[in-house]
Amino acid sequence: MNAIDIALPLCAQTVAALNPGDIVRIGGPVYTARDAAHRRMAESLVRGEPLPFAIAGQTIYYAGPAPARPGQIIGPCGPTTSARMDAYTPQLIKAGLRGMIGKGERSDAVREAMREYGAVYFGVVGGAAALIARCVKRCEIVAYEDLGTEAIRRLELEGLIAIVLGK
Amino acid sequence: MRIIRANEILELTRRLILDAEFNIGVDVRAALEAALKRETAQPARLALEQILENQRIASEERTPLCQDTGMIVAFVELGQDARVESDAEGGFEEAIQAGARAAFYGGYLRASVVDDPLFERANTRDNSPAVIHARIVGGDRLRMLVMPKGFGSENMSAIRMLPPSAGREGAADFIVDTVRRAGSKPCPPTIVGVGIGGTFEQCALIAKKATARRVGSVHPDPRYAALEDECLARVNALGIGPAGYGGFTTSLAVHIDHAPTHIAGMPVAVNIVCHASRHAEGYI
Repeated sequence: MNAIDIALPLCAQTVAALNPGDIVRIGGPVYTARDAAHRRMAESLVRGEPLPFAIAGQTIYYAGPAPARPGQIIGPCGPTTSARMDAYTPQLIKAGLRGMIGKGERSDAVREAMREYGAVYFGVVGGAAALIARCVKRCEIVAYEDLGTEAIRRLELEGLIAIVLGK
Repeated sequence: MRIIRANEILELTRRLILDAEFNIGVDVRAALEAALKRETAQPARLALEQILENQRIASEERTPLCQDTGMIVAFVELGQDARVESDAEGGFEEAIQAGARAAFYGGYLRASVVDDPLFERANTRDNSPAVIHARIVGGDRLRMLVMPKGFGSENMSAIRMLPPSAGREGAADFIVDTVRRAGSKPCPPTIVGVGIGGTFEQCALIAKKATARRVGSVHPDPRYAALEDECLARVNALGIGPAGYGGFTTSLAVHIDHAPTHIAGMPVAVNIVCHASRHAEGYI
């Protein structure tokens, strides 16, 4: 497949060279975070506390995996609907977030923040969870373990096919 | 009087949930394969190829199709000439809940349910409770339809209490507009279940059940069949396409069910399900 190889974490030049509609093949580290983790990160920012991982230049994958079976690295882990995180995303982009992976449309405020700070939003196919799990080579919980599937996990990706939905 | 053991209900519930979580219906698969033949643009084809490949992996490995293994919805019809006899877990409802928990643990499903919806939102940790809709019917059998429901698509569903004057056109506009507003969030290509008539809650229930109708089946009433065709054509002209990547296939089917309603009303409910369209049906 004709895809652009992307190595995470993203640098500004990589983001600048991407265009909506580009098909990419992503490798490298991402952090999973969805509704509850975003709420906690936003509360941390309000209180002036550090985020649970150094967000500058990093990529968040909007996902809450199903449990791994014995011997598996991770269970099915497709994207969740990104728009539910829109209320929190501009402040994370301002804090240094450079990439997002998810599904579905984003708000005007998120699109504006992506333009202003040079961030990019990748789409993966909603529901392709068992397929995407095969692209995860490592998985460790880094924060909010009490949230279960909603905990922040650091995933090492290899060969995740995505499409640039916005920047 | 026929005796149905609670443990049989538990086992049926467990088996149906796992079947729905791991395997796609042959009707839906055929519709997705037909869509792949229609689509020409690379992003749409990529999305459909990944969806079909995902289904193959899930079925082969007996792993869930989607990480959102859903909130379990069970439609149960119990024959009035059958009697449910309790087992260790309890009676009728406890057996269904225990079957759902057994599926959760045995199938490595995701705990996707929170207890209080507004305040603590604490995860119940075992995906309980399942939502049960039970009816008493004739005969001595128990029939169950389970539908694990993910909320990417559930969140995009809508109901409107339309006035009777809205008529066919008002209903069609509301259906199409609901799919348009959903965009790529409900994991298209979707199946659109529509309820028309009844009361507020009945309308929503028949919309949900309509999503499970066989894709490719034709509504027995030609007027509703024509309305389904028209809505599907309009929905697929929206251009949202597979995964929202653009294309001709935003939905695989529009299924309408209807019920008698009040002289003052014409409720329309639209319940959207994703391309996995998870459901399974069985009997005791």
